[in-house]
Amino acid sequence: MVNFLKYRLIYFLISLLVIGAGLFSVFKWSYCYSIDFVGGSNLEYRFDKIVAEKSINKILQNNKIQSVYLEIKNQNLSLRTKPLEQVQENNLKNSLEKNLKVKITVLKSETVGPTLGRETMIKTGVASILAILGILIYMSFAFKGFNYAMAAILAIVHDLLVVIGCYSLLSHFYQAEVDTMFVTAVLTTMSFSVHDTIVIFDKIREYFQTEGKEDIEYFANKALTETMVRSLNNSMTIVFMLLSLTLLGGTSIRFFIITLLVGTITGTYSSPFIATPILVWLEKRKKQKVN
Amino acid sequence: MKIFKVFLLLLITVLIVWIDLPENYKIGKFSINPLSLDFTVFGIKVKKEFKTHLGLDLKGGSHLVFQTNTIKVNPTDLKDALSSARNIIEKRVNFFGVSEPTVQTLKSGNNYRISIDLPGIEKVDEAIALIGRTAQLSFQEEKIIDEKVASPAPVLVETGLTGKHIKKASVDFNQQDGKPRVALSFNNEGARLFGDITKRNIGKPLAIVVDNFLISAPTVQQAISEGNAVITGNFTVDEAKKLTIAINSGALPLSIKLVEQKNIGPTLGADEVKKSVYAGVIGLIAVLLFMIIYYGRLGMIASLALIIYGLISFAIFRIIPVVLTLPGVAGFILSIGMAVDSNILIFERIKEELRKGKEFNIAVKLGFGRAIDAIKDANITTLTVAFILFNPLNWEFLPQFGMVRGFALTLAIGVATSLFTGVVITKRLIEIFYKKNG
Repeated sequence: MVNFLKYRLIYFLISLLVIGAGLFSVFKWSYCYSIDFVGGSNLEYRFDKIVAEKSINKILQNNKIQSVYLEIKNQNLSLRTKPLEQVQENNLKNSLEKNLKVKITVLKSETVGPTLGRETMIKTGVASILAILGILIYMSFAFKGFNYAMAAILAIVHDLLVVIGCYSLLSHFYQAEVDTMFVTAVLTTMSFSVHDTIVIFDKIREYFQTEGKEDIEYFANKALTETMVRSLNNSMTIVFMLLSLTLLGGTSIRFFIITLLVGTITGTYSSPFIATPILVWLEKRKKQKVN
Repeated sequence: MKIFKVFLLLLITVLIVWIDLPENYKIGKFSINPLSLDFTVFGIKVKKEFKTHLGLDLKGGSHLVFQTNTIKVNPTDLKDALSSARNIIEKRVNFFGVSEPTVQTLKSGNNYRISIDLPGIEKVDEAIALIGRTAQLSFQEEKIIDEKVASPAPVLVETGLTGKHIKKASVDFNQQDGKPRVALSFNNEGARLFGDITKRNIGKPLAIVVDNFLISAPTVQQAISEGNAVITGNFTVDEAKKLTIAINSGALPLSIKLVEQKNIGPTLGADEVKKSVYAGVIGLIAVLLFMIIYYGRLGMIASLALIIYGLISFAIFRIIPVVLTLPGVAGFILSIGMAVDSNILIFERIKEELRKGKEFNIAVKLGFGRAIDAIKDANITTLTVAFILFNPLNWEFLPQFGMVRGFALTLAIGVATSLFTGVVITKRLIEIFYKKNG
């Protein structure tokens, strides 16, 4: 048996560092928000001859305009970008005309509102909180103890903080955008996190049933030793899947997959190294109070 | 009995594989297609095609643009009116059974428009009709205004009771003639108003008007204070259903008109999707290999169970049908992870029992028994999360539509299926493969 709990301060320190860096980034740099949140501009131009997509992309880059969607059909260009000012739009049109030596007819130029309104986000938040409460109630019953549920939920909060913080770093350094997919990834992390924790807690519960009242710390260490292989193996399978998607998959879902990867890793980490020490601490405190 | 059981199992297997077959896959002269039903039993027409429905991000769909009529709206309220119109439209499209549409407001010059992207659905025209419906519901009573005229004609006037006062509308059927009608239940204020109105109009007709069109004008028999009413009109079931959707989603604050309709391509691009599918397959193979290398023969069984799991889930996606979008696929991948997890849990327990020196058969039995607690609790919590995110009761304060729901649905299907394959099927497979070797 390995005494995992002996090093609990180190685990907390690691978490603190990761979450601290993430939160620092959230407050300092915040996020880039995608067109889903802030809306954008829709442009449709007709050229007087056929133009290659590459040269248009280059001009967009020179003008520092981020396009979300670009389609060329014959001589027509449809473009969806981050919100453009009138000046930016004129500059783009002029530089397209000058560099490509074409004449442009503007077929459409409109501003698009966001698809993910404030209302949707608030509702998603409310649902997540309710889901966490649901977990709290179910686990309190299943494990006949509020402390188990509390520890599992603190681990969820830990994982959410890690994912949200790391995404801000990704957002700052690699221009990852907060979009619908990010919201999904956060929800996924939430579901995965508790799943993993329950497996360990189940072991501890079993020892209490089969071996009688003994030291919670001893049981926790024993449970960790026995479930470590399973936890690693299980996460390994998910990590294989996600790594393959990160390395080989399309670029538009890359940040989504990386977020899932971060979620899986922190979900696996938090079950033995955050949830379990917290459970032990809570249970010991309860015992002290009784005595 | 046993033969019957085997036969049933075979039948289900064939059915699932049939539903899962690729669409329009050509082998030589033959083209393979998944099962499609088209027949009549006892006068009920059954028509169902089991095809994969892909969402906007993966496949594209129809792009609709509606011009709003903003003349009647106060300029200061314009922004609110537009965003509330957007939300109502999103609700209607979702209630109509289209999953994960994209609804946006557009502004060009002084023109305010609302664009709606629908994933490939067949009944686009019906959807357009429903979206454009303003659904201003009101109750009107007769009043005699000009009393000087010799034979005064009654005029209909507003009672102040409108669609705003309705808590819920639903379709039910008239018990006498079996005709569909729309049942309304009012909120507290609505119930009070309705009580007053019926009280002062006993013996007189009360008109129910939707979008300035008289639907029915039943004669009030007695005062009704329980807050319920029904609209009987010459509805078909379909019409009644659409009216309930329109009433339930609320009235549009401004009228809208279709000005553009075209087909659009997927937002994620075919190439991107192809790459991701390819990567997903590689990832899956890595998972299978890992299981086989680490757990040997048990790993082989788990891999088999995993493949069966994939086939069943996919069949369920096609049966419901679930519109697959990227968030949905994420939910599915997560559930694959959890399915593998059930197996790993069981195997580790079996190994544990073996280490204690138990016989293999007994170890399998004990291992399953021990593992089931953890599997049950872990999966029930996940199902709880999925249930709340899916919001089956359509509570106002939870997400009622969109990608959160898509994610929750695939996650729930995945977890439920994995409970079944991870426990039932793996056990059967172990029994089958190990019995021979004693």
